[in-house]
Amino acid sequence: MAKRSDIHSVLIIGAGPIIIGQACEFDYSGTQACKALREEGYRVVLVNSNPATIMTDPEFADRTYIEPITPECVEKIILRELEEMRRIGANGKLVLLPTLGGQTALNTAMSLCRSGVLEKHGIEMIGANARAIERGEDRQVFKDLMLEIGLDVPISGTAHTVEEARQIAERIGKLPLIIRPAFTLGGTGGGIAYNREEFEEISKRGLELSPVSEILVEESLLGWKEFEMEVMRDRNDNCVIICSIENFDPMGVHTGDSITVAPIQTLTDKEFQLMRDASFAVIRAVGVETGGSNIQFAVNPDNGRMVIIEMNPRVSRSSALASKATGFPIAKIAAKLAVGYLLDEIRNDITRETPASFEPTIDYVVTKIPRFAFEKFPQADPTLNTQMKSVGEAMAIGRTFKESLQKALRSLEIGRYGLGGDGKPWRIGEKVIGDRDIFPRDLIIQKLSVPNAERIFYIRHALRAGFDIEQIFGLTKIDRWFLVQIKELVDFEECLAASRE
Amino acid sequence: MNAILALEDGSVFRGEGFGAKASACGEVCFNTSMTGYQEILTDPSYKGQIVTMTYPLIGNYGINSQDNESWRPHVSGFVIRELSPVVSNWRSEISLSAYLEQNGIPGIQGIDTRALTKKLRVRGALNGFITTEPISEADAVRRAQEWPGLVGVDYVKQVTHEKSFLWDESDEQSPEFKLVHGTSTADPRTHRGTLPPADIPIVAFDFGMKYNILRCLRQHGFKVRVLPASTTAAEALAHKPAGVFLSNGPGDPAALGYAVKAVAELVNTGIPIFGICLGHQILGQAFGGRTFKLKFGHRGGNQPVKDLESGRVEITSQNHGFAVDPSTLPSDVVVDRINLNDQTVEGMAHKTKPIFCVQYHPEASPGPHDSNPLFGRFRRMIEKH
Repeated sequence: MAKRSDIHSVLIIGAGPIIIGQACEFDYSGTQACKALREEGYRVVLVNSNPATIMTDPEFADRTYIEPITPECVEKIILRELEEMRRIGANGKLVLLPTLGGQTALNTAMSLCRSGVLEKHGIEMIGANARAIERGEDRQVFKDLMLEIGLDVPISGTAHTVEEARQIAERIGKLPLIIRPAFTLGGTGGGIAYNREEFEEISKRGLELSPVSEILVEESLLGWKEFEMEVMRDRNDNCVIICSIENFDPMGVHTGDSITVAPIQTLTDKEFQLMRDASFAVIRAVGVETGGSNIQFAVNPDNGRMVIIEMNPRVSRSSALASKATGFPIAKIAAKLAVGYLLDEIRNDITRETPASFEPTIDYVVTKIPRFAFEKFPQADPTLNTQMKSVGEAMAIGRTFKESLQKALRSLEIGRYGLGGDGKPWRIGEKVIGDRDIFPRDLIIQKLSVPNAERIFYIRHALRAGFDIEQIFGLTKIDRWFLVQIKELVDFEECLAASRE
Repeated sequence: MNAILALEDGSVFRGEGFGAKASACGEVCFNTSMTGYQEILTDPSYKGQIVTMTYPLIGNYGINSQDNESWRPHVSGFVIRELSPVVSNWRSEISLSAYLEQNGIPGIQGIDTRALTKKLRVRGALNGFITTEPISEADAVRRAQEWPGLVGVDYVKQVTHEKSFLWDESDEQSPEFKLVHGTSTADPRTHRGTLPPADIPIVAFDFGMKYNILRCLRQHGFKVRVLPASTTAAEALAHKPAGVFLSNGPGDPAALGYAVKAVAELVNTGIPIFGICLGHQILGQAFGGRTFKLKFGHRGGNQPVKDLESGRVEITSQNHGFAVDPSTLPSDVVVDRINLNDQTVEGMAHKTKPIFCVQYHPEASPGPHDSNPLFGRFRRMIEKH
């Protein structure tokens, strides 16, 4: 097999304006894709409303539209391009590649598909088809599909009465429980119940607020370990894992706001391989025929139970990280797979001799730390939860986790040279605390128990204030492996300080 | 505890010792797997080798009693960049260092394993000496240089079981590793998959066999009698097997004249045969071909192998320092799988007889499960025979 000869032009939808959760990583992936497709001789048509991107530089596409990314606008572009292709006597079709411009591109493409525009003009979607995108995006459809293929998901059920809700709670068998009313604006009326009284109260309120008197009761995964897999698949059904990622922050913090580490650190090979098998089962069941997907897992640290959280049937934020972490250009390869190449027909850019059908193995550790800008938004709630709040990230590579963590902290450009010990004071609101001063216990406890941008530094402050690993684990549920690594850094700081005295 | 790793080329790496206070010679090789150090340590194929892991952080999840690939660790020594100061996994029972200490194996950490790996890639595998005892650098280098090496030495006889036995008659060790689901009340530590009836009797030549091969065979309905490596063809056939399995194992395949003779006789009988790794190399010789030493072996869990018939690519687990030379194979043997990195032979099949073999490890452990269907292929081959 080789590249498709029935395609003449490829329409790529960019990510549009930079917003939280959708920043320059999609410019990076889109630019790679444009280059890869032009390299193969395809005519590339690009639409992106954001002219402050690399991909809209004139040399990256044959034709660039700086226009709003709306279905109406993209339809007009399709019509114009079909006309243009007729004019130049193009030999081949116009196809749409929607998987490289983040959620905006995917949503726009899906909207064009649902309204019948794509079918009307004979535009094929390449990379992922509409059914696969729908299966990946619709939570309930996805969940049912996972159960169908024998994978595990958070236990849940829908209730229409408090009694039904109680029965579901009984079946789940443990607290806390998450309650989500159906069809309320922004999910109002829901919440987390930590005890029976709260459960009764929130269930009752949720049922009242829901226009269809329906609530979803789901087991809480707070405190579980979170993992990610970056998978690629070609049209011959060859699947490979490009990168495995372990989140430093346990479940409850948006992946975009979590400190993440590649590769996975605390799974045995037996567990890791089951996660790899599950990743392939997911990409196959969802039906992403070619390209990359990101699959998220939660693991119960006490018994290894592994549940699927979600999958992104497209190049995602993590793909950019995984590409840089491993040297495997996911977006570029995804573009080539979309036009029909197989993984073993594409050359590995790093070795230049071996094919891309392999799984990168690295001899270093990669740490990504999100960059927040709460100083610019004093009104914003700095607590981290499932809504992404970071505005960027820094990634660093080291031969140990400690080295990569320190380098990444320094790269954040927040004025720190690492975890601390750099002689610079700490500012907490109006208060200033000296670098080597001991922080007050109640502040430490508060900053450890609720996820926030400075939590990583408070692990140091806690260790210096005499907290032990078990206490910090109890407050944060951050894996002891990470905590002990940080303790080694703090111990070394003490060792350095002692040597100066 | 100070430690030294000395190589025959005179280079010396100084680091911190862990595991046992001991010294050992061995061929220094590297493995690129990022997980699975426990399975690697206990794989009998590593007999005679000092193994270094290219992934720098090792020991993170400790050691448990379920992930062993044999009855003990077999490496001569273990070389890593950083030993985890803590063990973090729900199944862990003991730390890596304590495990090696119990088994008398020296380890060294804190050395530049990347520099060591680069050296091994340029020079090929080197003989070495590892010690956590007070020994001078000069003595260490001399010990590395005096060690006779792996080529031409029969390591199989050191790791094969001495007597024949039936594998896991009570079906306790064979069920597949599984994680608990949803509202299951099963004990996560003992929760396992179910087994089909064991209805096809086979014999398995044990050249240093990994337990997971036996588990996979059992999971596919084979009743397996394990035979010592020195078993003759007649002795094997006396068990009236429906098929013959040839296992992995350590060392130089050219030093195993007795096994090649037995397998050549079995090939002539037309009985179905499946070989893995060393078993594949022995079959290659039994077909009349020759093996050669690779400059640097394939050791890791990310080797791409192409099935030339289907065009599919499997990501495979590998551990071998020798390979079959395809130009020496007779015309009735076809090379049906190749390594996409260096084009070496990864699989062979006989054109007229029910015989096939692979150079890699479909039983994984550690490594990907992509090639597990090969056990099913063996079963179908026997059923059709």
